[in-house]
Amino acid sequence: MNGEKLNETTNKGIFLSLDWWTIILYLVLLVWGWFSVCGASYSFEHPDLFSFEEYSGKQLVWIGTSVLLAAMLLFVEKRFYELSAYFLYGAMMFLLIVTIFIAPDTKGSHSWIPLGAGIKLQPAEFAKFSVALAMGKFMSRYGYELRRPKDFFTTVGLFIFPMLLIVLQRETGSALVYLAFFLVLYREGMTGSLLFTAFAAVVYFVVGIRFGEDMIGQMPVSVGEFSVLLLAQFFTLGMTQVYGQQWSETRLMLYVVLIADVLAFLFSKFVIPFDVCWVLLAVVVLQAIYLVWLAVKRQSWRHALIAAFALFSASMFYLCDTLLEHLDDHQRVRIEVLLGKRDDLRGAGYNVNQAKIAIGSGGLAGKGFLNGTQTKLKYVPEQNTDFIFCTVGEEEGFVGSTGVLVVYLIFILRLLKLSERQPDTLGRVYGYSVSSIFLFHLFINVGMVLGLTPVIGIPLPFFSYGGSSLWGFTILLFIFLRMDAERNLKRQ
Amino acid sequence: MIGGIAVLIVLAYIARLAFLQLMSDDYKASADNNAFYNNVIYPSRGTIYDRNGKMLVYNQPAYDLMVIANELEGLDTLDFCRTMGMSREQFDARMSQIKDRNKNPGYSSYTQQVFQTQLSAADYSVLQEKLFRYKGFYIRSRTVRKYAFPYLAHVLGDVAEVSPADIERDPYYEPGDYMGKQGIERSYEQDLRGEKGVEVLLRDARGRIQGHYKNGAFDRKPKPGRDLTLSIDLDLQALGERLMEGKLGAIVAIEPKTGEVLCMVSGPTYDPRQLEGKERGKRMIEMGKDPLKPLLNRAVMGTYPPGSTFKTSQALTFLQEGIITPQTAYPCSRGFRLGGFKMGCHGHPAPLPLVPAIATSCNGYFGWGLYHMLNNRTKYKTIQEAMTTWKDYMVSMGFGYKLGIDLPSELRGLIPNAPYYDKAHGTNWNAISVISISIGQGEVLLTPLQIANLGATIANRGYYITPHVVKEVKGGALADSLLTKHVTKVEPKYYEFVCEGMRKAVLGGTCKGAAYLPFEACGKTGTAQNPHGQDHSAFMGFAPKDDPKIAICVYVENGKWGATYGVPIGALMMEQYINGKLSPSSEAKAEAFQHRHISYEARTAKEQKKEKSKSER
Repeated sequence: MNGEKLNETTNKGIFLSLDWWTIILYLVLLVWGWFSVCGASYSFEHPDLFSFEEYSGKQLVWIGTSVLLAAMLLFVEKRFYELSAYFLYGAMMFLLIVTIFIAPDTKGSHSWIPLGAGIKLQPAEFAKFSVALAMGKFMSRYGYELRRPKDFFTTVGLFIFPMLLIVLQRETGSALVYLAFFLVLYREGMTGSLLFTAFAAVVYFVVGIRFGEDMIGQMPVSVGEFSVLLLAQFFTLGMTQVYGQQWSETRLMLYVVLIADVLAFLFSKFVIPFDVCWVLLAVVVLQAIYLVWLAVKRQSWRHALIAAFALFSASMFYLCDTLLEHLDDHQRVRIEVLLGKRDDLRGAGYNVNQAKIAIGSGGLAGKGFLNGTQTKLKYVPEQNTDFIFCTVGEEEGFVGSTGVLVVYLIFILRLLKLSERQPDTLGRVYGYSVSSIFLFHLFINVGMVLGLTPVIGIPLPFFSYGGSSLWGFTILLFIFLRMDAERNLKRQ
Repeated sequence: MIGGIAVLIVLAYIARLAFLQLMSDDYKASADNNAFYNNVIYPSRGTIYDRNGKMLVYNQPAYDLMVIANELEGLDTLDFCRTMGMSREQFDARMSQIKDRNKNPGYSSYTQQVFQTQLSAADYSVLQEKLFRYKGFYIRSRTVRKYAFPYLAHVLGDVAEVSPADIERDPYYEPGDYMGKQGIERSYEQDLRGEKGVEVLLRDARGRIQGHYKNGAFDRKPKPGRDLTLSIDLDLQALGERLMEGKLGAIVAIEPKTGEVLCMVSGPTYDPRQLEGKERGKRMIEMGKDPLKPLLNRAVMGTYPPGSTFKTSQALTFLQEGIITPQTAYPCSRGFRLGGFKMGCHGHPAPLPLVPAIATSCNGYFGWGLYHMLNNRTKYKTIQEAMTTWKDYMVSMGFGYKLGIDLPSELRGLIPNAPYYDKAHGTNWNAISVISISIGQGEVLLTPLQIANLGATIANRGYYITPHVVKEVKGGALADSLLTKHVTKVEPKYYEFVCEGMRKAVLGGTCKGAAYLPFEACGKTGTAQNPHGQDHSAFMGFAPKDDPKIAICVYVENGKWGATYGVPIGALMMEQYINGKLSPSSEAKAEAFQHRHISYEARTAKEQKKEKSKSER
């Protein structure tokens, strides 16, 4: 009897301490998203926006059920997730494994389970919240220490495992989203050098592939290889200074690097042309040897790791080519198109180019609701789903698309703020997971439409048509909002 | 930190949006291209006339059936298939072909795609009545080439749809465009095709045309193609084609003063009207398989031993080089004899000086001439040097290289030179080894065009203008290379002796069959041994002697003596051209020659057998 009463007051208190700002932003994005789906899918032969035969009508059903789902989730206590986090994780992983085998081939991917009546479910979209919960629970364990290798690798394993399962479903795009969890780890104290290494790897990859076949002037030197090795030298220098804190050592290294590079370059240019990259490579190896020597001398793991970084960097250019060769054809083409190595406007570059044209034609104020000629005449493929931002750009122009980005930014910043105010690790880790996932989706999806990131087929949350993704994001968000609403309750 | 990343990303994307939407006009222009509908307007292709203004090739409307896949809902497919005379499977196959972006890169379900090109008039009239029932299908009018006469197929050539390779070569073309594939349709494609126009139409979001963009400020009117007037005389051409019926070979006539080709007959020929419309592909394949090779333009692509017609060029060379004088006489005892070697000749009085030697076509005379030239060690240090000199004379007369006529696929023939023989015999060769080239046999090969051009050079007494079949490009100009005067290495005074010899040949020599002509015709026969059986019959001539209007080559494969086919056909052609018509007796003769066919069955059977055994090996 007493417990019942307590529950009642808690739920009332919960209602009052809910973060209504986030809910309002959520609703704004939902409504805005629905109008965009209307714009993208509207056909003048079937003008009824509310007909359930049309995408706009169906999306309305998804929105309605999502709001219902959200309301229901607000009644599930945080304690439930604390208790069942691992169980939920296990169940979702099981579902992901089963999906690999039972899902029929849908455009080459095996990630959709047909539920009958033309409705299909994509478990990959739902798995994220369970991973975030499991991570949160694992990291709030007594004595958890992120910097301890065992704890670190187990945590990473928690999200790499579903990632691999989704890759096996041939949904590489959805799998990549799980990389967002690294941002959470960074917040929880992972060393920045790892993020920096990842960043450096991306830079090497882009520069190495983009300029791999260009030559410097008349010399037999590849611009890509030269740049990658030069970057490797200076990144190594920078890390030596930042983590070693010994200017005299860094200076010695800097002089060697500068003198060797400049001499080699001048010799190649004015005396006998040769491939300067061999010298640069030798310098990087020399740097690594020096760092190993420092590591031994000082008994410092840091220097050993920087040496490893140097060698990894030097091998990147060669790894890139090998990696590119092992990608599927369509993935390689997408990357080459993005990097401007290919100009294939009728083939793989078609989507991106049409998307850019659609957005560019929007101008300042756009062409008006349902008036986008580019999207209406179906020049842009996948415009309901992955390329939905085109419709915003074309029909609502710079004003509308900037508006969407700004609302999103506020939404994400608000979520980050909520995450910071969580009283425990579970809430904080979960909150950061939610924010990072939304950020990753925004970054990749809008970036690909604008021609800035590779074409990776992931939806723009709340905008892209589809029930699975809308439900997935709603679940992700409202579990967190309920957790946040409990922040002021005293724990028993 | 993560918040900072989020802010940076959003700022970067806003900057990108500003660039795409506010700053860059490129994407706006592209969007215009795409959202607005570029309606291509096809220009009419140039019309082709003969030298007397007879229309030879013109355009006729044709209809392509277009489809907008998106509007096909509710189509009674069965009814449509019945009307079009196709099966349901064919329909489905065609639709999936259209929708395949690999094969049809510009596919959009919202724009017109070609369903079938060049509907026949019958299909079109049936379809037109029912078209309102077939939603999503439209008719696009185009034009097709029509030929007014059954003549001149090889020269005119034809047009057909561009291939992907053509589009690759010249981005002017788009899939579905037509271009010249053979003959002057191909060599004058740039003049004939004109320039496509465009209407930039505004479309609303429903794809409906709203009118011209900016009141047509960006529209471009199509430029019609340029009309061509050929130098061909259709009447002469028609007579030539009649005379060559049932014979392999060629007739080429040139106006000496201008280099204009008056007729170009290649036998066997075909009716250009057979290649009109949709049947082209099928007919081309059929004709490609024909062992008599009707698609081959033998006038420029057939290379033959010129036989005795070549002796004129030898006489000129020997005179200019001082090897002989007009008075030099060489013995001929039924041929050229030296030691055990003999090159036979027919019976005639001997020894003969130059003029009668040409008139009677004495083999011995020209054999001795070349023998003395190649063995003249006071003038030439080596036989190689003598041979090179000889080759230079031949080249200056238009042999050994393409003449540069304005038709595709001309061949160059063969004039051997010293390195050629060095390679064939080692350096161990002498005048006797090559002696047969002096009578147009051996290695020498000329095209009928080159032989006719030799006639023009003699008629002009020492020069020729590049032969060409187009006389005038309306609103354009002929290429300079077609009007260039080429002077031979032989002085005009020497040409007079050759003219005299050729006149004598007509009056009382080998070309007596042309003696009836009421003007001063000159001629030279050729009877060319060849590996295909019976000798080829050749004639080279011009008329009138002192103010030549026409130079001609007649070449009839396996026609035996030059006098059998070459001379009478040549005479009829010259009569037709100079008098504008044939006399009644000549008309009867022409009728007889038209029906005098040569059987090539044994020859083609033998050649096919040889080819078969070759491929089996």
